[in-house]
Amino acid sequence: MVNLIATQWHPLLTGLLNTILCSIIALVGSMIIGTLFALLEISENRVLRVIGRIYVEVFRNIPLLVITMAFFLIIPMYIAKINGFTAGTIGLTLYTSAFIAETVRAGINSIEGGQLEGALSTGMTYHQAMRYIILPQAFRVVIPPLGNQFINLVKNSSVLAFVAGFDLMYQGNLIANDTLQTIPTYFIVGIMYLIITLPLSYYMRHLEKKLA
Amino acid sequence: MQNFIDAYSWINIRFLLQGLWVTIEISVASIVISFIVGTLLGIVRYEQIKYVSAIVGFIIDIIRNLPLLLIIFFTYFGLPNIGIKPEIIPAAIMAMSIFESAMVAEIVRSGINSIDKGQTEGALANGLTRWQALRIIVLPQAIKNMTPALVSQFISLVKDTSLATIIVLPELMYHAQIIYGQNTNYIIPMFVALAVLYFIVCYSLSLLADYLHRHLA
Repeated sequence: MVNLIATQWHPLLTGLLNTILCSIIALVGSMIIGTLFALLEISENRVLRVIGRIYVEVFRNIPLLVITMAFFLIIPMYIAKINGFTAGTIGLTLYTSAFIAETVRAGINSIEGGQLEGALSTGMTYHQAMRYIILPQAFRVVIPPLGNQFINLVKNSSVLAFVAGFDLMYQGNLIANDTLQTIPTYFIVGIMYLIITLPLSYYMRHLEKKLA
Repeated sequence: MQNFIDAYSWINIRFLLQGLWVTIEISVASIVISFIVGTLLGIVRYEQIKYVSAIVGFIIDIIRNLPLLLIIFFTYFGLPNIGIKPEIIPAAIMAMSIFESAMVAEIVRSGINSIDKGQTEGALANGLTRWQALRIIVLPQAIKNMTPALVSQFISLVKDTSLATIIVLPELMYHAQIIYGQNTNYIIPMFVALAVLYFIVCYSLSLLADYLHRHLA
């Protein structure tokens, strides 16, 4: 196994960096899109509510692999040439945004109604009340579930291996095929994933306990 | 439009439905196994048995924090290196069950934790054994709290079976790939079909969850 690390550290490290990069881009993207759709879902306008609901249900109930492969195969046919990394990151962003929308919506709903009324009665508009009163409180409530979403995101980014996205899983699989040392390779890859996800997961559990 | 009409020929639809059937079979098998194993592991972890709970908990945490794809690779391509060579379907069920059991164990543990300690104390004070208290008093209440999380875990499981295409499990995604592999005009119709079929299965599961949640609560 030491031998394997000595000879293959470079592809493994690029893989890890690509996995982290893709996860961070997808996290930022899906936070923005997810929050927007959460706001749509709780809006007073019925049409907007239905749009938000449909978006969330569609992306939540279709496998990530289907979404990613669809982007990977269909966008190059009509719009532009994109590589596996881009297609994978787009797929991951849209998929995760549906889950984040649900999380943020639950967070907003957990904020007592009096907060909104109070803000409105002091002369704030609906948008101001959302922006300065409700959302900041909601985000504090949803930090642990959002952290868990990020862990899922890192794990789900392994779907990039299907579209040649050069992430950790893809590199690991290449190495396993080249060297035929499958078990040691998967072991190293597993440890590299755990370096990111395990500390986060313990930290989120700690946060949950503190907030509860 | 013509592409859609050609793509949805009876032969192709039947082929997709055969794939869907395998998806459902694998999902049901993995759900049953992971529910049983996961519940047992969750109880072991909750019960604070010396050393055992800590070790089980650590293994659960490790499995939960690995990508399922890695576990699939490991069972199908890794195990043969140490002399175990599972067939495709058992390998897929094994990989799904290992991963989902760990997820279920965590849900069960936090479900039991959510029940007030007074319930156990009361049961013990009434002369029930620890096991009886857990089985008769705590678990039935915990299951009610756990249902939403469990069902969304099982919805993920159904979606995640698509990852097993990588070990050529003949499920829905793989069958669709075979069809559009023969004719690239069928790519869009096939992805529409995939989206619709997966959506129907997963959305009906989540409706079932809502129904159960309303009627149990």
